[in-house]
Amino acid sequence: MSFNTFWFVIIAVLWIGYFILEGFDFGVGILLKTVAKTQAERRAVLTTLGPLWDGNEVWLLVAGGATFAAFPEWYATLFSGFYLPLFLILVSLIVRGVSFEYRSKYGDSKWRNRWDNAIVISSFLPALLWGVAFANIVRGVPLKEENGVIEYAGGFFNLLNPYTLLGGLVTLSVFLTHGAIFLSLKTEGTIHDRARGLVTKIGLFAAVVTVAFLAITAVAYNSKTEVYGLAAVVAVAWLLALQFSHKGREGYAFLFSSVALAFAVITLFTTLYPNVMPSSLLESATLNITNASSTQYTLKVMTIVAVVLTPIVLIYQGWTYWVFRKRVSAKQISSPEVGVLDNINS
Amino acid sequence: MNSLDLARWQFAITTVYHFIFVPITIGMGFLVAGLQTAWYRTNKAHYLRATKFFGKLFLINFAIGVVTGIVQEFQFGMNWSDYSRFVGDIFGAPLAMEGLLAFFLESTFLGLWIFGWDRLPKKIHLASIWLASLGTLFSAYFILAANAWMQHPVGYTMNVKRGRAELTDIFAVLTQNTALASFGHTIPSAFFTAGAVISGVSAWLLVKNRDVVMARATAKLGLITVIIAFVLVAITGDITARIMTTQQPMKMAAAEALYSTQESAPFSLFTIGTLDGSRSVFQIDLPGMLSFMSTGSTKGVVEGINDLQSKYVAQYGAGDYTPNIPIAYWGFRLMIGFGAIALLFALITLVRIRKNELPKGRWFLPAMISMPFLPLLANSFGWIFTENARQPWAVFGLIKTADGVSPAVGAASVAFTLVVFTLLYGVLAIIEFGLILRTIQVGPEGLDKNTDDVAMGGDSNRSLTMAY
Repeated sequence: MSFNTFWFVIIAVLWIGYFILEGFDFGVGILLKTVAKTQAERRAVLTTLGPLWDGNEVWLLVAGGATFAAFPEWYATLFSGFYLPLFLILVSLIVRGVSFEYRSKYGDSKWRNRWDNAIVISSFLPALLWGVAFANIVRGVPLKEENGVIEYAGGFFNLLNPYTLLGGLVTLSVFLTHGAIFLSLKTEGTIHDRARGLVTKIGLFAAVVTVAFLAITAVAYNSKTEVYGLAAVVAVAWLLALQFSHKGREGYAFLFSSVALAFAVITLFTTLYPNVMPSSLLESATLNITNASSTQYTLKVMTIVAVVLTPIVLIYQGWTYWVFRKRVSAKQISSPEVGVLDNINS
Repeated sequence: MNSLDLARWQFAITTVYHFIFVPITIGMGFLVAGLQTAWYRTNKAHYLRATKFFGKLFLINFAIGVVTGIVQEFQFGMNWSDYSRFVGDIFGAPLAMEGLLAFFLESTFLGLWIFGWDRLPKKIHLASIWLASLGTLFSAYFILAANAWMQHPVGYTMNVKRGRAELTDIFAVLTQNTALASFGHTIPSAFFTAGAVISGVSAWLLVKNRDVVMARATAKLGLITVIIAFVLVAITGDITARIMTTQQPMKMAAAEALYSTQESAPFSLFTIGTLDGSRSVFQIDLPGMLSFMSTGSTKGVVEGINDLQSKYVAQYGAGDYTPNIPIAYWGFRLMIGFGAIALLFALITLVRIRKNELPKGRWFLPAMISMPFLPLLANSFGWIFTENARQPWAVFGLIKTADGVSPAVGAASVAFTLVVFTLLYGVLAIIEFGLILRTIQVGPEGLDKNTDDVAMGGDSNRSLTMAY
């Protein structure tokens, strides 16, 4: 395997990690007010994410950094081209991170309600926009070449069309389901029951939009037979996830929804390969793993770094999930109405 | 304003804002780890209160540092796509390493530290905060190595056909003297900042007669940190200045607004100049000082702006190679000045506190309240100086800032995001500042009461020590 292909695979792996991990974060965030009604419930829900969400988000930062290092032309064209969607994602991630940290500092219900709304909206937007962004990459966007530089030549509205919006619905509904499965795995009592009820409801909708999206992808934007097989794996894993959730086997449900997410990303990257950003205007303005890449030397250096560090990261991040494996229940939150900064000592 | 100016403003605002939180995070992480270690070793309750109290302040601050860091990484691609294409082969590598080595370490172990109080053995819980702090150090190192490459590119070759710089030696990039000196200057500055925050807060508690046992200990810790860190900052600042004089002589000339090449060049403490800063009306000079700072000898020759300008025209072609002189001149002085004032406050206070008395003068409380802000100002002006005085270059001698901006992004888009980011940063700053003040008011004893720290027995019904 060439270094270029290896790094294409690594970037796919980083997105798989990101979508599996922050995917459930987003789902839980959007469902916050739906599955948790009392203050104790809300704090229990947020506590399931507490030790994990920041580490999950690092997968995105590393995906961004790795794209910059391995495929600078891809990073430059993608980030400047998808300017406004990325900006909305950034604003959401800023607001979301701060909301988690600050919402329970005071007991005041107005204060908490505002942050809760912020969490719901700032989880919803990226969950939708990542799908729109990936559908655009697969579909191809207007790219033009000038003096050897390939740049985005469209505007914001070029990014919105039925196929890409369908992609947005896919990530939104899949993350919602994945988040509900995570909650049913990590909580007890009423939160657990509500979350489990939502898995089937949203999960069936997600199944329909995902199958439709992958079918269009395979037929319209793809020239490889493997893609059909990969898309089938997504569908089967997803239905197994729903089935296991229905039976109350939440661990397996989470495992299979993760597998489905992983294969969805693999399907899209396989469809793309060896391109990284096809141009909808001219074949010659398409970015691929060769014309977008760094030098062989840089790819070699980065390969050594990745091969040494990634296993270590996986071990300690995995260990965190083990440490916080216990279910959280609303009963465990003592004096849920009180914020840590409520009473001034004098 | 065109998209270039707007993108520059956006970069400046995001970076200066981000760097309010970063040094506090780096320094405070280690100091909190030190406090927790003291508790682990001695089992004294006031060290635990100090760990939790300053830990809370640390986390309120950390949250904004993290989220603005995401913007930092994305804005290169968004606003500076041509820059990213030009430098990606080199610049991307330290950024990716930062993510893989530093960000995972920080975020994962901080999560373990915050939520692991009753889940982890004491020793491993303590190790978590040390590892998270180590992560911040790695992060600083990689991003400073990337920045140092912009100040002084090494280990590369130009690929004219692809119009970009290409990496030939990663070790040269990661170990060049510019990077090491910058790391050696920035990390003590972070401790200086965190020390000032801790001393300011502790002094306030002492004045209000709150948790005196803890506050006296942490005030000493903070003040001693400030003083030791200042010495290190000064030494590495001196080394940095000399490296800068050889690598970027224009920057040193701009720092002094020295127009003509001069032997035994003076350093002015204060200048009243013409409005454009090109000529001084009144100034107080330290004779030979600039020569000493730049070359190590009071007799040394320092190149002047005009001579460098003609030299660069000959070397790089027609153009303006002079940075904005008033910003460079005042940025440099304000950096040193604010740092020096903080040191002065720290020295006076420490002498008094060691004698077990509290300074009583009217000056004391205002001085201590201003304490945390002084290093923050010094840090900001330091970066404003060093980034501004590299202009017109983005990467010195290789690519100009004007050539790095994204061609595909219109001025309206940059203006829109600039306004929204700035408003968002402003709102968050107000909220965060409010939370910090409130945390200080509640105080270490108050936090002890308010947290849901009570264990109720019976495993799954046991309340969580830490919940969001």
